[in-house]
Amino acid sequence: MALNYDDINVGDEIPELSKRSISRTTLALFAGASNDHNPIHIDTDVAKAAGMEDVFAQGMLSMAYLGQALTNFAPQQNIRTYGVRFGSITNLKDKITCTGTVIEKFQKNGENCVKLEVKAQNQDGNVKLSGHAVIAI
Amino acid sequence: MIDRDNIGKHFDPIVVDVEKGQLKFFAKATAESNPIYTDEAAAKEAGYAALPAPPTFGFSLNLAKPNPFDNFMAMGIDLNRVLHASQEFEYIAPILAGDTITLKDSVKDIYNKKGGALEFVIIETTATNQKDEHVLSMTNTLVVRNG
Repeated sequence: MALNYDDINVGDEIPELSKRSISRTTLALFAGASNDHNPIHIDTDVAKAAGMEDVFAQGMLSMAYLGQALTNFAPQQNIRTYGVRFGSITNLKDKITCTGTVIEKFQKNGENCVKLEVKAQNQDGNVKLSGHAVIAI
Repeated sequence: MIDRDNIGKHFDPIVVDVEKGQLKFFAKATAESNPIYTDEAAAKEAGYAALPAPPTFGFSLNLAKPNPFDNFMAMGIDLNRVLHASQEFEYIAPILAGDTITLKDSVKDIYNKKGGALEFVIIETTATNQKDEHVLSMTNTLVVRNG
């Protein structure tokens, strides 16, 4: 999967990544694996007491998914920056799809770089995360 | 209202071992299919000396302490009112299984929106490895819902 800077054009899309539907098990496993033990994501009683309808996904779960779309596209050593804004809460049963589009090509610190606009959306097209990544090619 | 005197505050650093087992657990929990995150032979073939931590794992390292949210509490922030607004990573060098990472948090800014109904807190984190190499910088923006 060697990438060639000259073959990449503004407007190109990275391979889409679709993840399985998010379950309570997904949230429990991610809480343990990610060290985010905030009970609002795993304990319905706590979520309701905080005014939520139910537990909801850790924002960092979708950010990890979107990170996988990046590392499927380019070796992780090539990623220079990656940042997102969390747009709306990801709920149980949401099915996240991750996409990315090349929006800029530039040289920085002697490296050929591409800037991607990246997004994670659910099955209804609601944007859960949006952001950017810079990847050296 | 979060005390603005917290702006510029540096919290005590934490020192965390990057454990191979936890990296594999993280890969399982995120349904990772790329073998370099679970299979050491595949990681070595890809040029890593050990299993690499995936792009967002630095955030998890920063929660690896007895009370992951103690810095919020020290600022008087109610965890149930906190949402993650944005998260940024700047990668300088890989973080690998077997590394020992030191993470230092500081408060870059605290500001209001919507007349104080929302307060934003920006926390910057610098991560260095056991060779004192700067490996990662993170910026975490939290939003606190007041009222």
